[in-house]
Order: sequence, then structure tokens, then C-alpha cells
Amino acid sequence: MSTTTKPAGPRSSGKSDPLVDSASLPCSYAHFGPDRPLKLDSGGQLSPLTVAYETYGTLNSARSNAIMVCHALTGDQFCAGVHPITGKPGWWELLIGPGKPVDTDRFFIICANVIGGCMGSTGPMSIDPATGKPYGHSLPVITIADMVRAQVMLLDHLEIPDLFCVMGGSMGGMQVLDWATKYSDRVFSAMPIATAMKHSAQNIAFHEVGRQAVLADPEWHGGDYRERDTTPHKGLAVARMAAHITYLSEAALHRKFGRNLQDRDAVTFGFDADFQVESYLRYQGSTFVDRFDANSYLYLTRAMDYFDLAADFDGNITNAFANTKTRYCIVSFTSDWLFPTSENRMIVRALNGVAADVSFVEIETDKGHDSFLLDVPELFEAVEGFLRSAARQRGLDG
Amino acid sequence: MSNLSELTPKPARDRSDLMVICDLVEPDTKVLDVGCGNGELLELLANRKNVDARGVEISQEGVNRCVMKGLSVVQGDADTDLETYPDKAFDYVIMSHTIQATDRPRDVLRQMMRIGKRAIVSFPNFAHWLVRFQIGIKGHMPITETLPIPWYETPNVHFCSIRDFDALVTELGADVERKIGFDSRGRRLEGPGAGFLANLRAERAVFVLEKP
Repeated sequence: MSTTTKPAGPRSSGKSDPLVDSASLPCSYAHFGPDRPLKLDSGGQLSPLTVAYETYGTLNSARSNAIMVCHALTGDQFCAGVHPITGKPGWWELLIGPGKPVDTDRFFIICANVIGGCMGSTGPMSIDPATGKPYGHSLPVITIADMVRAQVMLLDHLEIPDLFCVMGGSMGGMQVLDWATKYSDRVFSAMPIATAMKHSAQNIAFHEVGRQAVLADPEWHGGDYRERDTTPHKGLAVARMAAHITYLSEAALHRKFGRNLQDRDAVTFGFDADFQVESYLRYQGSTFVDRFDANSYLYLTRAMDYFDLAADFDGNITNAFANTKTRYCIVSFTSDWLFPTSENRMIVRALNGVAADVSFVEIETDKGHDSFLLDVPELFEAVEGFLRSAARQRGLDG
Repeated sequence: MSNLSELTPKPARDRSDLMVICDLVEPDTKVLDVGCGNGELLELLANRKNVDARGVEISQEGVNRCVMKGLSVVQGDADTDLETYPDKAFDYVIMSHTIQATDRPRDVLRQMMRIGKRAIVSFPNFAHWLVRFQIGIKGHMPITETLPIPWYETPNVHFCSIRDFDALVTELGADVERKIGFDSRGRRLEGPGAGFLANLRAERAVFVLEKP
């Protein structure tokens, strides 16, 4: 059994912690009861299950114009329009909207908060029915495939037979690859952006640094910090600061900050944020802890680390794409050193290996891995062109 | 072939070989255009022959333009990336005015005939009379309509004549199904007598190859 709920709007209690209030975010919820557990790669299952999601545009009568947008590590279901909590534009607002490359006048966009996340879908903050307390660190480890399995349940719940397109960047791109290989007959076209078929040793290493920063914070309390009315915000902020560096590039950091000093004329011979780049990172860290749950950060980085698409296909990536009818468009960015072009090109080579219908664009920019979220016109044009051509092949009007 | 990007956009001149190639391709087939530039041939094939048209292009600019047009094109290098495709995956693998810019034309040709049931190759004939005249009489590297770029900037590193290409095809054990030459005005040298002095008269040539 599955049910849908949609709260009228944000709670008006004046509370400012969006995480505590996330069960009442103004979005849609699909609830799956004990008869519909989510089977997990780890062997266990998750039940009851909630998937928080947002939709944009209108589903056509043939139910053939749905696009699943998969969010990245720290993203959420609010990919377009205005974010109901932060009041800022949705994370892919540049790309998705009326008349934009992902045109909400033509397509029906679904974006779900991933399982293990902290914006309304079942995750570490959800209540464990066995204990009546939040799962915290006792939530089973979630994988990318588990996230996609929950999205498939959502699609069934919405009674949508197949997707016109699945798209996303970074961790979202991993979900796209899982979707397009394991549910190929339900995916007409796929756009994995700035991603990889497996998480590299270097990327696992960066994630481990972030996790250790959280775990080393005395306020983590074995994951039960909420019960003690505290959060490991220092550890999480350090994790975010380290990760944020990997989302940029040396060139972008130099262009933005150089060695410029922060509100001072000379270095202070101390450990204040003398440099602008330090101040910027501290700000990134401090704002992140207000909107993200530390346990979720542990779970989602782990999910990315475990991602190895070939391993799910007997170690042979050709099996993953064999006989695929899905049209692919892969995009990488020249200055992305987290998911470099070489990693993206491996996807292209695997698809070439089965003579699949694939486009591959490498976009020149100094904006690093974050390019997929930023104002990069070449990306918009590639998305627009690919979707227009796929829509024509699918027989969608317009 | 790192400088192949200089070939794209391809020189704005008579592209009659694209039309010839389009005519040579059977409708409703699967085609890979290697070095597809801005996708002119792919568009032509998709529109006129309902072909499942794919492309490989080395320049980012060319690839981006193709993808924006909705063409299925990957950024790649003919010298290294053709080996990723399975055997006989395409009905035709096409290289228009590109093979002379590859690092290892023989290997590229071998790969083309492996992954395609047929290979279609067009190239500038370096034994054309005007080229011979410019080298042999005037004593300098040729600048012609087909070869407009001076020697110090040209991406073309492996020139050949029609006779050379014939020899390579023989060496590779392939059959020439068709061979079409063009003179400097873009006129086809075909029919009776077309082979007569073709290596002298043809400025460009299109070969259709098949490897049993």
C-alpha cells in the first residue's frame, strides 16, 4: 500500500531548523507501508518508507513526458523555482523552468529526496519503528541502487510507466547510470553529468576525511546527537570545507580570491581568517550545518563510495549496457578533477562498446566539478539540444 | 591528430563529396561519421536517408554544435577511439576529408573496416596536376582550394595520392567497391574513361571499401 500526502505549507511556528521540520516541508510525500518494504543492497530492508518529492510541469495524458531529476550529495527535491526554506533559487533553477532547457511547459519533472537524506525522505532522522527513536547511526547503509529502487517505487506509485529522461550530476549522475542500466526499458534517454561508473580511490579518500571530521566531533555522540539536543556542527563544517575545495578548481579559486586578504591590509601573524579564501570556506562550512544533517552526510558519502556499476554486472561493464535502447548524453567539464573527463569518457567507451546511441560533450570551463550547477551556457545548450532531439524521437509534441 | 580542430568548421567551399557520400549510403542504415565536424553530413543523412547517424569529432566546438543540433556525437579521436566499437556495428563508417589528418591512417582504415560493413573515405589527391605543378615547377608546398592551409599550420600530416591509397587498400586486403574522382571544379570523373589519368585529374577522391 502506498499513500500520498501534501502538507499545506511550511509550519508557521517560527522555528528555524529546517531539518527538524523536514517532515512538513511543502512538497509531496509517498508513504509505503509494511507491505511495501524497500529491499536494501546490504541485505536488510527499510519499512515503513517515505519518499519526499517535488514535481514541476504537467504530466501529459499519454504519461510519456516525465523526467526524473536526481540530486547530488547535498542537493534536495527542490531543483527548480524558489526553495521553500532558504528562499533561494532551486539548485537547478538555471536549467529547469518554463522555457528553459528542461522546459516545464513541455515536461513533467519529478525530483525526489534520496533515501538516507535529510529533507523528508526516510533517513537517519526518521523514526525507527523498532525503537520509537530516530535511526541515527543505526540506519542500514544505503547505496545508490537503494536510492534508485525507492525512486522506482515512487514512479510506480505515480503510475508512470516509463521516463522520457533521467538526468543528474555527480551523485545524481550515479543514480542516472543505475536507472538507465537496471531499468533500461523504463528509461528512454539518460543524461549522466560530471560523474563516473565507480567512485575513485581519491574520492573515497576525500569522503573519509569528511566523515572522520564528523566522527571526531565530541558532539556526534555515536550518532545520537539530536536526542541530546546538539549537533556535531564543527566536524560537519570541516567536512564541508574540505569537500568544497574539491568542487572547485585551482584556477577558479585563484580567479575568485587569489591571495587577497580578508578586511585587512596585512597578515596578522595569527590564525584568524587572514585570507579571503579562508573566510569563504568558513562561511561555506557554517551555512552548510544549518541545512544538512551530519548523519545523512555520513550515509550519502558512503553510498557514493560503494558505487561501482560494473560490480553490479558481474564485474563486466559491457553487461551493464548490453542491448540498451536508451539514448545517452554524457557531459564532463575540463576543470573537474573530482569526476574528470577521463572518468566520464569511460562511460562513453563502454557505451561505444555496445554501439549505443551516445553523445558526449566535454565543456571547457575553469569552474570545476560545480560547473554542472552553475551558469555554463554550453551545458544548457547541450541539454536543450539533446532533449529536443530525444523528444522528437519519442514523438512528444513541440 | 591534435590539430584536427583546425579543420572545423570545414572550409566553406564546394562540399560535393558530402553529396556524393550521401548518395552512396543506402536508406535506413546505421552510419558512423568519423571526424564529423559540425555534423553537416550527419544531418544530410538523417534528413534524406533516414539514417541512424552517429558521429565522432575531436574538436569540442564541433561536438557541442552537433549535440546542440540534437545529433548523437561523441568527442573522440579517430586514432584511439575507434577500437572501442564492436565488430561490424555500423553499415557504413565514413571519413570525409579527415584521414590525411590522422596519426596512423593505416590503423584507422583497418579499424573502420572492422567496425563497419563498408567504409567510405574521401581525401584530397596529392598527385593532382595543380599540386604537382606547385611542387614540381614552382617548388613550394601546394595551396589549393582543397588544401587552403599553409604547410606550417595544416593539420594534414599524411597526404597520399589515389594510387597510394589504392595500394594501401590492397595491402589491407579490402575490395574497392566504388571509386569516384572529382576535378577542381567539383565535377565527377565517372563512367568510361574516368580512370584515365584520374590520379592526375582528380583533386579529390571518394572510395567505398569492403572487407570480406
